[in-house]
Amino acid sequence: MKILLFQGLVGLSEAMYLWLVAAGLSLIFGVLRVLNFAHGSLYMLGAYLTFYFFGLLGGNFWLGLVVGPIFVAGIGLLMERFFLRLVYRLEVAYQLLLTFAFVLIFNDLVKLIWGPIYQALPMPSGLNDSIVLLSRAYPAYNLFIIILGPLIALGLWLLLEKTRWGRLIVASASDKEMASALGVNVPRLYTRVFMLGAWLAALGGALSIPIRPVSPGMGETIIIEAFIVAVIGGLGSLKGAFVGAILIGLLHAYGVLFLPVFEMALAFMLMAVVLILRPWGLFGTRET
Amino acid sequence: MRKRRTPVFNSGSRQALHNRAHLGVVGGLNENRLKVYKGFGLIFLIAVLMVLPQVASRFYVYITLQILMLSLFALGFNFLFGYVGLLSFGHAAFYATGAYATGLILKNASTSLIPGVLGGTLIATLLALIIGFFCVRHTDVYFSMLTLAFGMMIYSLAWKWREVTGGDDGLIGIPRAPLEIPGGLRVSMRAMPNYYYFVLAISVLAIFLLYTIVKSPFGLVLQGIRENPGRVEFAGIPIKRYRLLAFVISGFFAGLAGALLAPLENTVAPAVADWTKSSEPILASLLGGVYTFAGPIVGSALFILLKESIVRRTEYWLLVYGIILLAILIGLRGGIVGAVFQRKGKKK
Repeated sequence: MKILLFQGLVGLSEAMYLWLVAAGLSLIFGVLRVLNFAHGSLYMLGAYLTFYFFGLLGGNFWLGLVVGPIFVAGIGLLMERFFLRLVYRLEVAYQLLLTFAFVLIFNDLVKLIWGPIYQALPMPSGLNDSIVLLSRAYPAYNLFIIILGPLIALGLWLLLEKTRWGRLIVASASDKEMASALGVNVPRLYTRVFMLGAWLAALGGALSIPIRPVSPGMGETIIIEAFIVAVIGGLGSLKGAFVGAILIGLLHAYGVLFLPVFEMALAFMLMAVVLILRPWGLFGTRET
Repeated sequence: MRKRRTPVFNSGSRQALHNRAHLGVVGGLNENRLKVYKGFGLIFLIAVLMVLPQVASRFYVYITLQILMLSLFALGFNFLFGYVGLLSFGHAAFYATGAYATGLILKNASTSLIPGVLGGTLIATLLALIIGFFCVRHTDVYFSMLTLAFGMMIYSLAWKWREVTGGDDGLIGIPRAPLEIPGGLRVSMRAMPNYYYFVLAISVLAIFLLYTIVKSPFGLVLQGIRENPGRVEFAGIPIKRYRLLAFVISGFFAGLAGALLAPLENTVAPAVADWTKSSEPILASLLGGVYTFAGPIVGSALFILLKESIVRRTEYWLLVYGIILLAILIGLRGGIVGAVFQRKGKKK
């Protein structure tokens, strides 16, 4: 029993990374109606840039954690403002292809700058220990993530529900022509939403540094998982992304225990079931 | 001049990225003369290809082989994208399955080339049926992501299923089996020119087959489904079944391309299922023009030649390609073949 609970905690901490990336993906899709293929690459860039700033700023992980994702948000700004915006009037396929082009570019760029081998960072001091939980040693860092995740979720929720800008985002997501007619600068809003999504993904990447290897391939796997999470939760729904991430995180954690061979297939199958029974996701809205 | 009924493929729809100027070119020229030009051009091209091994070095024969195989791969992909409007990011799954299946057949079951290649292609087509069944129920974004996900699944299968695929060592020692036709003919394929002629013959046949499919009523219906699925459905056509059939055909060509690869290289490694491999037909089709039949073929030639020259200077050819793709998407939206037609039209 204790093992089960413990494994659940492991799953929860993984869920938080998934959530950060999936939330950004879902947000961008919900508002801009674009599936950002390059979201996994933004996650990867978040990890690499935080790693870089960590080195540059004299070994302070927390400072790197602040600066890195902001830098990636800046990259998101360039992506949306100067490239993505130009293809909104084209078919969806071409927008997908544009983000795909960025995947190609970022992948090689990272290899060019940092080389193809794995990078690793030591655990930040202060969170280096394990805490004894349920009579097993649980890494303190993971606990930190489990606490931080919902805090960010809360912050996002507050942003969308309580602030003016947040409500403008929701309005533009449901009816952008109306919002525009009412005076909302929709293109600028789109850019900022994209930046927010990029920031979330980068934060996920940055936070994952101490416990996952940083390599050029890390973007590819996370985009699929994030997509599965977003689909299960409902593309466009942040609450859905949160719930979906927890589901998938737990699924992975328990899957590894009981059915190690099928691990990746499990998430797939869950997505397939959702797509068949309720294609707009658990918390999504049926679109006409 | 006879008023030509414009085919749906080039109709002026909202997504007018294709060579709308095709109207201009054809309206200006005598249609029959254009057909004659095209016919001569084709014959000339085939003649050149047939003579190639006699006059060019082994290297160029090899390059042309790669172009032929990528053309089949890209034609398969673009059948789905340009004609049906479904963007697949995981087509390397079928390419890889064709390659691995052919390799396995030639290593273990058959000593003759055609059963190997045919068997590999058919297994890939079967996979396309299975994967297609799950994917065509959705469109646009979901379809693309599902194909990407399936592609990655096949890639990890190629890595992990060591007993069958050899894992990251790959399948080695695949014989380039001789071509045997029952009734006595047995031609060794060891020499590159021999295998080249085999691939050339198969490619020409396959391309011709695809051309007839595209120009058939079935092909027109598919384009209709791309332009306005609702309307086609109201006309009583089961669009999911049509899409599935198109997906299977698309997988057939991708699988054929992979099947031809296995005897050529004598090894198959998991990299043939990688997502970067899936991006090759995409890039090739976009380079050449997704809304024309010959676009993927032209694009494949450009792709291979460009790649050869880039790879000499830098290993980061994906970066270069990403930039080229960006440029195409933002600028030349019809690809090169489309752009050529556009310029001709504008002159008029």
